Amino acid sequence: MSDASNAALILGIGNLLWADEGFGVRCVETLVRRYQLPDGVTAMDGGTQGLYLLPYVQAARRLVVFDAVDFGLAPGTLLAVEDDAVPRYMGAKKMSLHQTGFQEVLSAAMLTGRLPESLLLIGVQPVELDDYGGSLRPAVRDKLDAAIELAVARLRDWGMELAPRDPSDAASLNTTALELDRYEAGRPSEQAACRHGDGRILFGDDPCV
Amino acid sequence: MAAYETQGFKLDNSGKRVVVDPVCRIEGHLRLEVNLDDHNVIRNAVSTGTMWRGLEVILKHRDPRDAWAFTERICGVCTGTHALTSVRAVEDALGIRIPENANSIRNLMQLCLQVHDHLVHFYHLHALDWVDVVSALSADPKKTSELAQSISAWPLSSPGYFRDLQSRLKKFVESGQLGPFRNGYWGSPAYKLPAEANLMAVAHYLEALDFQKEIVKIHTVFGGKNPHPNWLVGGMPCAINLDGVGAVGAINMERLNLVSSIIDRSIEFVEQVYLPDVRAIASFYKDWQYGGGLSSSCVLAYGDIPEKANDYSAGNLLLPQGAIVGGDLGTVHPVDLRDPNEIQEFVTHSWYRYPDEQKGLHPFDGITEPNFELGPNFKGTKTNIEALDESAKYSWIKAPRWKGHAMEVGPLARWVVGYAKGNPEFKEPVDKLLQDLGLPLPALFSTLGRTGARALECEWAAHKMRYFFDKLISNIKAGDLATANVQKWEPSSWPAKAKGVGFTEAPRGALGHWVHIADGRIENYQCIVPTTWNGSPRDPQGQIGAYEASLMNTPLAKADEPLEILRTIHSFDPCLACSTHVMSPDGQEMTSVKVR
Repeated sequence: MSDASNAALILGIGNLLWADEGFGVRCVETLVRRYQLPDGVTAMDGGTQGLYLLPYVQAARRLVVFDAVDFGLAPGTLLAVEDDAVPRYMGAKKMSLHQTGFQEVLSAAMLTGRLPESLLLIGVQPVELDDYGGSLRPAVRDKLDAAIELAVARLRDWGMELAPRDPSDAASLNTTALELDRYEAGRPSEQAACRHGDGRILFGDDPCV
Repeated sequence: MAAYETQGFKLDNSGKRVVVDPVCRIEGHLRLEVNLDDHNVIRNAVSTGTMWRGLEVILKHRDPRDAWAFTERICGVCTGTHALTSVRAVEDALGIRIPENANSIRNLMQLCLQVHDHLVHFYHLHALDWVDVVSALSADPKKTSELAQSISAWPLSSPGYFRDLQSRLKKFVESGQLGPFRNGYWGSPAYKLPAEANLMAVAHYLEALDFQKEIVKIHTVFGGKNPHPNWLVGGMPCAINLDGVGAVGAINMERLNLVSSIIDRSIEFVEQVYLPDVRAIASFYKDWQYGGGLSSSCVLAYGDIPEKANDYSAGNLLLPQGAIVGGDLGTVHPVDLRDPNEIQEFVTHSWYRYPDEQKGLHPFDGITEPNFELGPNFKGTKTNIEALDESAKYSWIKAPRWKGHAMEVGPLARWVVGYAKGNPEFKEPVDKLLQDLGLPLPALFSTLGRTGARALECEWAAHKMRYFFDKLISNIKAGDLATANVQKWEPSSWPAKAKGVGFTEAPRGALGHWVHIADGRIENYQCIVPTTWNGSPRDPQGQIGAYEASLMNTPLAKADEPLEILRTIHSFDPCLACSTHVMSPDGQEMTSVKVR
């Protein structure tokens, strides 16, 4: 991989099967559908791969991460954190649901001396996480556009211009079966899926019936 | 619960209860509760999956050709192996035959995952259960170099190399950025390595982090992208054009050469770093023979890595298939995933509902209907459970049984089956490792044995990658470029009703998907993942699962630092999380250890 191919990595993390946990991946999915990525900019669905993401992070000069983050703010709040504040913030309080994975990735990148020069974390405060098979809640979905535009603006500051994609030139981050619309159209009702997760066991209300 | 005996273990829950919760997070929680006697020896063990995962329900009525993409999201780490299992299940149901090249490429991807996952598991999720990072700071770099050079020809072994690394580590620790090293019980008396061995192992921890970036490229070459590579019912979605150029489009010679060189480097790293480390670490823990659990009595392997395409019978699988029960290594039983009397799941102790819970259900007839109710003896409140009642329902994991037996699956199970079959590819490396360590065969049935089997398997898999790479190349050079069979792509070519099973050996053990297709859509989908076997709760007979059994009779050096519990559970590589580290108490409430 040459340097030019790793000018920036746009990474969505989370699991799209868990309601607002899917925010990061949906951001990258939407961004790829709307914009043409210039040479050297890579978009990636990082899932919940934790340390397996390290090679991509090490190789990137600049890193944009989309994620569902517990900032302790009102649900649906969008917040961007940059550079030194990203790992510091992550160490200070429970922030990302994937921080066990992703905080370690950043630490490991630091330990190996290959932390990206610039870090931008774009996080949303989730409304609902424990909904297996669910999708983004309206308050979170409403933030997709703003989140993407934050990233596009910062990439522009970094000298990387993302041109809008011609609608006839379709691009998909993942297999189309997982795209938001098809995913939602094919899922069972909340009742049928008994989608509420571990909240029922250790922290939650009534189990679904 | 009254004290009782099962599978050779005496269970007694009268002593003080220690709760480790969660052992891991993200893709599901695993919580362990044990009872200790007056000498801090574990006399009762309870393993519970605390998260509902109704993937079966999510898949209902979707297109079976898409199922792999959803199953890729079941687990944070072993994505590809679920996808492979899923496409095999659908191909089995619809009678789709894949080309030889697709079989070779799938084997390459599966073996690559084994190598990658075993390496990452050992160094990044398990080594720190044996290696004390803080002790490494006081090692003598010169002596570390002597140690390293005495066990391996690996070139990164000079005193200067270890000195630099140690000062980097010191700076990192002093900056307060403990990062991946934040959560250890450093200084615990359960750590046995000299400082120099600790420093060497930490150096290799970092080298293994770096090595990852090479090995993931293989999945990108064949799967088009990573970390969620593309799969296809009927073959592989990559075309082959040896004369092509560039990094995108069909697979060409340039990219195949890249794969070939990564295979060579993988073999080198495993043989010169991973295996010598495991041997060296094991030599200091020879007295710690705990954690064997069910491995000396009941193990199960579905087998994997078909030599020829489309033949999933035991004789064609290079990773062995078979079951051993009652510790009788002289008899390897055949395994049939379709036989309704072999694999059955029970729910008497699981939060599901069956019409008759004394009976198990084969996955083709599986029901996934939640029924959350706590037993009368649970402690705490519904929103804050202090102790579960294992005499009642206590886990979201079902209890799978093979002909009524609780079974261990995973690298150790595979290697015990291969050993029992007398296959020299498995028997000889095991005998050699035991001989090098001066240990008898029963030592294999332990936490350390599980960790050793994984290392041997990593080496085996790296060599098999070479084998299938060469096979792929010679087939291509003979003019066969086919990677996919799309004759039955269209649902109009399918029968109205069909059912099939797909299986693999995931890095953590036997994995099966069972699918019913009706009118072109998924009617029922059941997965039994390796952690369902190993993390299983009790069954109607009160038989305990593999995790539970593995913890029995283990003494803890300190009751409030359950390092030994983590060491043994981590040796299974639980697939419940992208991280199996335990967080510190102030570490974002990821884990708490409670002694009651």
